[in-house]
Amino acid sequence: MSAVEDVATQTAAVEAVPKRAMTLGTGTSLVVLTLLLVVPMFVKNFIIFQMTMLLIYGVAVLALNILTGGSGQFSLGQSAFYAIGAYTSAILMEQYDVNYALTLPVAGLVCFGAGFLFGQPALRLSGVYLALATFALATAMPQLLKLGYFEKWTGGVQGLVVTKPDAPFGLHMSQDVWLYYFTLVITVAIYVFSVNLLRSRSGRAFMAIRDNEIAASAMGVNVALYKTLAFGVSAGITGVAGGLGAIAVQFVAPDSYTIQFAIALFLGMVVGGVGWLPGSFIGSAFIIFVPNIAEGISKGLSGAVFGVLLFLVIFLLPHGARQIAIVGQQLLGRLRR
Amino acid sequence: MELFTNQILAGISTGAIYACLALAVVMIYQAIDHLNFAQGEMAMFSTFISWQLMQWGLNYWVAFVLTIALSFAGGIAIERVLFKPLAKAPILTNVAGFIALYSIINSSAGLIWDFTIKQYPTPFGSAPFLGSQLISTHQAGMIGVTLLLLLALYFFFQYTRVGLAMRAAASLPESARLVGINTSWMIALGWGMAAAIGAIAGILIAPVVFLEPNMMLGTLIYGFAAAVLGGLTSPFGAVIGGFLVGIFENLAGTYIPYAGNELKLPIALALIVSILVVKPAGLFGRHIVKRV
Amino acid sequence: MRFSHSVHATALAAAIATFACSPASAQKKYDSGATDTEIKIGNIMPYSGPASAYGVIGKTEQAYFNKINAEGGINGRKINFISYDDAYSPPKAVEQARKLVESDNVLLIFNSLGTPSNSAIEKYMNAKRVPQLFVATGASKWNDPKNFPWTMGWQPSYQTEAHIYADYVLKEKPAGKIAVLFQNDDFGKDYVKGLKDALGPKASMIVAEESYETSEPSIDDHMVKLKTAGADIFISVTTPKFAAQAIKRASEIDWHPLQIVVNVSSSVGAVMMPAGFENSQGILSANYSKDAGDPQWADDPGMKKFVEFLAQYYPDGNKLDAATVFGYGAAQTLVAVLKQCGDDLTRDNVMRQAASLKDFQPDTLLPGIRINTSPTDYAPIKELQMMRFKGAKWDLFGDVMNGELTH
Repeated sequence: MSAVEDVATQTAAVEAVPKRAMTLGTGTSLVVLTLLLVVPMFVKNFIIFQMTMLLIYGVAVLALNILTGGSGQFSLGQSAFYAIGAYTSAILMEQYDVNYALTLPVAGLVCFGAGFLFGQPALRLSGVYLALATFALATAMPQLLKLGYFEKWTGGVQGLVVTKPDAPFGLHMSQDVWLYYFTLVITVAIYVFSVNLLRSRSGRAFMAIRDNEIAASAMGVNVALYKTLAFGVSAGITGVAGGLGAIAVQFVAPDSYTIQFAIALFLGMVVGGVGWLPGSFIGSAFIIFVPNIAEGISKGLSGAVFGVLLFLVIFLLPHGARQIAIVGQQLLGRLRR
Repeated sequence: MELFTNQILAGISTGAIYACLALAVVMIYQAIDHLNFAQGEMAMFSTFISWQLMQWGLNYWVAFVLTIALSFAGGIAIERVLFKPLAKAPILTNVAGFIALYSIINSSAGLIWDFTIKQYPTPFGSAPFLGSQLISTHQAGMIGVTLLLLLALYFFFQYTRVGLAMRAAASLPESARLVGINTSWMIALGWGMAAAIGAIAGILIAPVVFLEPNMMLGTLIYGFAAAVLGGLTSPFGAVIGGFLVGIFENLAGTYIPYAGNELKLPIALALIVSILVVKPAGLFGRHIVKRV
Repeated sequence: MRFSHSVHATALAAAIATFACSPASAQKKYDSGATDTEIKIGNIMPYSGPASAYGVIGKTEQAYFNKINAEGGINGRKINFISYDDAYSPPKAVEQARKLVESDNVLLIFNSLGTPSNSAIEKYMNAKRVPQLFVATGASKWNDPKNFPWTMGWQPSYQTEAHIYADYVLKEKPAGKIAVLFQNDDFGKDYVKGLKDALGPKASMIVAEESYETSEPSIDDHMVKLKTAGADIFISVTTPKFAAQAIKRASEIDWHPLQIVVNVSSSVGAVMMPAGFENSQGILSANYSKDAGDPQWADDPGMKKFVEFLAQYYPDGNKLDAATVFGYGAAQTLVAVLKQCGDDLTRDNVMRQAASLKDFQPDTLLPGIRINTSPTDYAPIKELQMMRFKGAKWDLFGDVMNGELTH
């Protein structure tokens, strides 16, 4: 006996975001970029460190946004790809003395491969089943990293300490500031790449699959290819973020990349607005700063306060920060008239 | 050979834990078509409530019944207050809501009852069952109660009007509304029942794993896996899934050389994923036909 | 390295400034975090997440510093104890450490918990020359003054403790077969290494080794395997919840080996009681602190002070929870070090004083165990005494042992 699921009338698992609305307007983008360039001159090193982490987690959430918001595939396993990227960078830097900048493309490629491979069995799964499979991947990763077999590379449970790079060419900059600008350049590059990806033919294929997979395949979209491609690209970008993360934190250990982290990235995507790429950074800010705020309010109940704040956000903005952007744009539109 | 049978028996006894929780998971899935991450925490909180009632002097069975009632009411309350407003929101937002709920419950339990483990009594005693040293009377009792619960759920869904209404509301909400079913209250009912079943699961699990706020951390993943393996639409599948997961895990840990012991969970999950690839709706689940 | 240039420049400038000052004010020396009226102390603890049970240590320390402040502070200065949550996540620990050092400007970080978190911040703390003092983990790596002069442990290292157990087994049951259950992380692996090192050629006594993850709901199946291996000695390198499960399960499957539990899981209230006293008879462990539940210390002046402190400053704290005893002992050691600094509250001097503790004994340490450090010895507590569980409490026996490898 089978149950019939009416796909056409059912609400899509991931709601469609109009392509136009996927990014910020040019004006706003320039303003944000200028701010990001200028801020380090006015704040302490510690804040610069936090901003670097914001960009790094933002890139990871962006990757998830491409996968879920773009191609409609759930993933609770991004922490696994982040971990692979982080360890790739760390191992190359510490065991093989590779320059830190060169480790990032390698991390990205390795993770692209991993993501593409994972995408294959994931093809037959969707919705909650895919979520479970990615969840399984995320829980498996710390244990794989602890395996005695890999210990001579990974450092086992003790992890690896990573050396922080200096500013090159004798520039008069602290390590934190240099790392921030380095991360910023990479982040902008990945952001531009992602926007273009989603506007391209591949991006349209992703979105077609997201909105109605059966219709997409009936229209000739190679569903299998694009689904695995989405996984690959998303994993690759997450891997680059992981590599940057390893360099910024200067330490990699299996305990850094648990399922809690995957859940945090997921929350970051929802809060920012699924499918809205700029929202990735708002989501990233949420997952970095709100736990600190919650701890400030009540140390014993920091988890509960965090949960309450999260509920507030999703009640007020069920579609994430994108709603604020839409309201903002409407206001601007009215002002112009 | 002895080790093999020992591990199978041990697997059945741990599997009973997973089966219990899997039933709650399937219950909520029947109601809302989603996996509720906070299910384990709700079960844990209910168990703490029953523990507290016993600390205040109530008898085990009185506390048991009271807790079930409170959990049922609590589940409905949570749904009405927190998730009904999110009914129109995207699914992912609802999932974020589950995560928030998880956080709130876990943290509150930690504050109220702190994180040291507490002993939890069992009505079945801890003697070896039928002389076997691998299954205690408690674990046998656990399996028994799980099967009873399963039977009760089966009758509820197959032979009562409310059960039928709930199934209808979950599978085809629009059509259900057209025939006069209040789908909104069906969802609330589903939450209440899931909370109640979760409470029973927690009360059965606590004597084995000891009561503390993080007690459901690992169990929930196995519960999900068991439910999915068995088929999310089939309570019977959930129970079988639970036992299978328990056995798989133990055999993998014992017989896969080298890494088997350290990778028990990933191997078990990998197996489940492979089964899903072959049978997407799980072993006993209803095959979903997608129609455009 | 650019970093050290700026540090050297600042140090030079500071030195010149100091010499230029009049002799009277040159006696009071401060680094950031210390003033005439206040000493800022940083701390990182897992108040949330899987290790939240240890958050009690941070709370105990906060209460202890409240007591010291109420009694006038340290040489007239009040302690400002700033404790942040890292949820046992290394990246978060790095963030909190940087916040404490760069934003809150603490003088030192005290008793930060967890090997992964401390490993993550070790390089940073040493590069910044900020004391990472009395870390709350027993990993053996913290006793390395040559490479990490700013990092110091406090409790006896896991390997030291393992040596003591191995020595005991070699003496009392040389023909025995050992089964080990260990947590698959740095804590568990450190112990296993210590055991094997101390057993030396007799490491073959270990017939079964089972590791478990903290995400596993119960360790029942591991116990079955260990019993089937035919061992008659069971070493349980487990954290409290799993230690209790192991004790209970061993009894249920009718396995009665000589059982040794590690010190962190020897808490009567947190382990033996839930596991069942009747199941715990004859279990061995070792300790360096007094157990507040043991009536033999009822009239001990040190323990009386501890119990009074709990009642007055931390009434929610449970004296049977070893975490409170731990926090008290560590905090008392820090206060002694800071007192010894006098008016020279520079980070250099803090480390110097920490590395010159002679026979210091906090209220809670067992008689016969003293804290001793030196510039080449960064292990404050190196000794433990073994104990056997009888009735509802631990009975100490034998001598205080120091766990040095004898071969």
